[in-house]
Amino acid sequence: MYKLTNVTKDYPKGRETVHALRGVNVEIPDGEWMAIQGPTGHGKTTLLQILGGLDRPTSGSVDFDGRDLARTRETAMTKVRANSIGFIFQTFNLIPTLSAQENVETALVPLGVSGASRRARAAEALNSLGLGDRLRHLPGELSGGQQQRVAIARALVKEPTVLLADEPTGNLDEDTRDEIIGLLEKLWQDNGLTLVIVTHDSSIARRAQRLGTMRNGKLTVKQTV
Amino acid sequence: MFFTYIGRELRRRMRQSIFIAIGLALGIGLVITVTAASAGVKNAQASVLHSLYGVGTDITVTKAPAAGSTGNGFGFGFRQSIGSTSRPKAGSKIDNNTLSAGGTLASLASSNVTSIAKMDNVAAAAGGLTLNDRMISGTVPALNFNGGGGGFRNGSSSSGSGNPSSFGANFNINSFTVNGVDIANGELGPLSTGKVSSGRTFTTADNAADVALVDSSYATQNKLKVGSTIAVGNSKNAATNFKVVGIVSEPAGDNPADVYIPLGVAQSLANLKNDVNTIYVTASNSGDISSVASSISKAVPGSTVTDQNTLASEVTGSISSAASLANNLGKWLAIAVLIAAFLLASLLTMAAVTRRIREFGTLKALGWKSRRIVFQVMGEAVAIGIVGGVIGVGLGFAGVALVNKFSSPLTASLASNTTGSATPGGARQFGGGGGFGGGGGGFPTSGTSGGNPFRGAFSSAARTAGTVTEHLHAPVTIGVIIVAVGLAILGGLIAGAFGGWRAARLRPADALSKVA
Repeated sequence: MYKLTNVTKDYPKGRETVHALRGVNVEIPDGEWMAIQGPTGHGKTTLLQILGGLDRPTSGSVDFDGRDLARTRETAMTKVRANSIGFIFQTFNLIPTLSAQENVETALVPLGVSGASRRARAAEALNSLGLGDRLRHLPGELSGGQQQRVAIARALVKEPTVLLADEPTGNLDEDTRDEIIGLLEKLWQDNGLTLVIVTHDSSIARRAQRLGTMRNGKLTVKQTV
Repeated sequence: MFFTYIGRELRRRMRQSIFIAIGLALGIGLVITVTAASAGVKNAQASVLHSLYGVGTDITVTKAPAAGSTGNGFGFGFRQSIGSTSRPKAGSKIDNNTLSAGGTLASLASSNVTSIAKMDNVAAAAGGLTLNDRMISGTVPALNFNGGGGGFRNGSSSSGSGNPSSFGANFNINSFTVNGVDIANGELGPLSTGKVSSGRTFTTADNAADVALVDSSYATQNKLKVGSTIAVGNSKNAATNFKVVGIVSEPAGDNPADVYIPLGVAQSLANLKNDVNTIYVTASNSGDISSVASSISKAVPGSTVTDQNTLASEVTGSISSAASLANNLGKWLAIAVLIAAFLLASLLTMAAVTRRIREFGTLKALGWKSRRIVFQVMGEAVAIGIVGGVIGVGLGFAGVALVNKFSSPLTASLASNTTGSATPGGARQFGGGGGFGGGGGGFPTSGTSGGNPFRGAFSSAARTAGTVTEHLHAPVTIGVIIVAVGLAILGGLIAGAFGGWRAARLRPADALSKVA
């Protein structure tokens, strides 16, 4: 699925250059669950963004199903994100003015799905996550766990092949965290997704198949099982 | 999704949206008010020019008398007035009726009318004579002048019962205005706006006849009706009786002549055979007026060729100030406010986009194209623009209503005809019961819009200069409303374009890394 070869990412910061990624090499096969840990500011989120095509590496290649994302034009990249990649963010990133159902629909808009079909699929996705009675609620009217479930529904409603989660339980309490991670695990198993989770939480990281550790922009990977 | 998202987002930032909409509304309202006021002033000007100059006549040709001359008019002094070069004997009875041109316009050969009519781009030309008939009657007293006796007593029918030592008190003078009308070219000239309220108008059979039309106001004052007789003088101080064949009413506010007689008869009586003192010209179309005026100036050297623009530039008074205010200050103020409103809308839209960077970054992460996000932002801005436009139209109507309700009547004056450059008759003063625009305060309020105010019927009020009053009526046309709403939408588009550009430039990762 993914093959990163010598990927680097540099950011200018004032007069200095920050080397967020330094020669990252990793392969992530289809259907694998990989966790990425590491101290803050060592490149975890940067790596996730490059995997998701949200950013381009400074050098190196990012092969995703035979396409080098590092050299893909933005319009084509947008299509890849729309069809194949789902995102879950630490701060949920729901559109505050849209209801839960409408937030899930936003993932289907780029696919040209008709209004009625969009509404139906969004409702079904939310129903499957136990939010059938919260369709018309705005994000501000939902708990943290409920908001993250809406975000998960939004990520999965388009049936992606990859799910990238950046600290999905970072803003949740312990019980809700377990609930969300359990949900993600089940979805990974049921749908055969490739799941990459960035997390500080070792208990979450241990549940993955492989664990990558980012330190000073370098990635080391080991099996957890 | 598109409209739902717009509606929800505008509701979320309701206060800012209303603020932007009101800013646009103020600009739009000002544009409508200023445009309407400007149109109203233009209409008022056209109405004034119509009243002063005439509708149907594009150009008039006159000639100023030579310096020091009195033209063909009355001279100063009693002897000249009675056509005598020597002092009449005491006890002499004087009963003179003189018809002359009055001294402010020199003669033009009638052949000029023919040659002008044949010019390129001239639809019609007609000559006219504007004359004054003055009657002096009384007995010459012994010459014993005291301080107050130098003048004439006007408009009295008594035989002079004042102080016998006052020279002027012994004479009565009456005068009325006479227009010699080219019957063959009735669409031009002083009768073309008149309506015959009794009797008939002139026919070609009247060309050499002693028949007259009388203005309805003059007829009422002097108890004249169809079939009455009116004495019109000549250059030799004798009178000819004319039969009144019709009573004519001119539109309210016009300053018509008192009496109309055939041109040929007027020329003969005033000893101005083959002469006219005004030529009325209609161009083939309004675009030809300037070139025709120029051709006439060359063909009739020494003449004063007056067209709409010349006359408009001579009109002074508050109407000119209002026109200047509306066209200059008003226009630029409206443009400045509109630009400020557009800028404000753009800046606030960009600020709103900046606050929503994380939101747009998320949408990009979900696969939304930049174009789609730009359209979303522009849609929100255009929606605000439409609301602003609707409010602006309301403000515009309110502004126009205030202008119409509270604006002072506008006045317009023509400069005195020292050069003969003003309207036919110029600044001629009429004595006696003759009108000098005294009833001219009732000019019709402007209802005209567009069109050449000089086309159509001619009002002989043009013959008298002075001050006329016009009430401002600012019209709001559908065209102005459409333009105003268009401007509002344009404002929204500009604001949206700025905001959308801001949003489109973001890379998704940059957007997601910004703090919400």
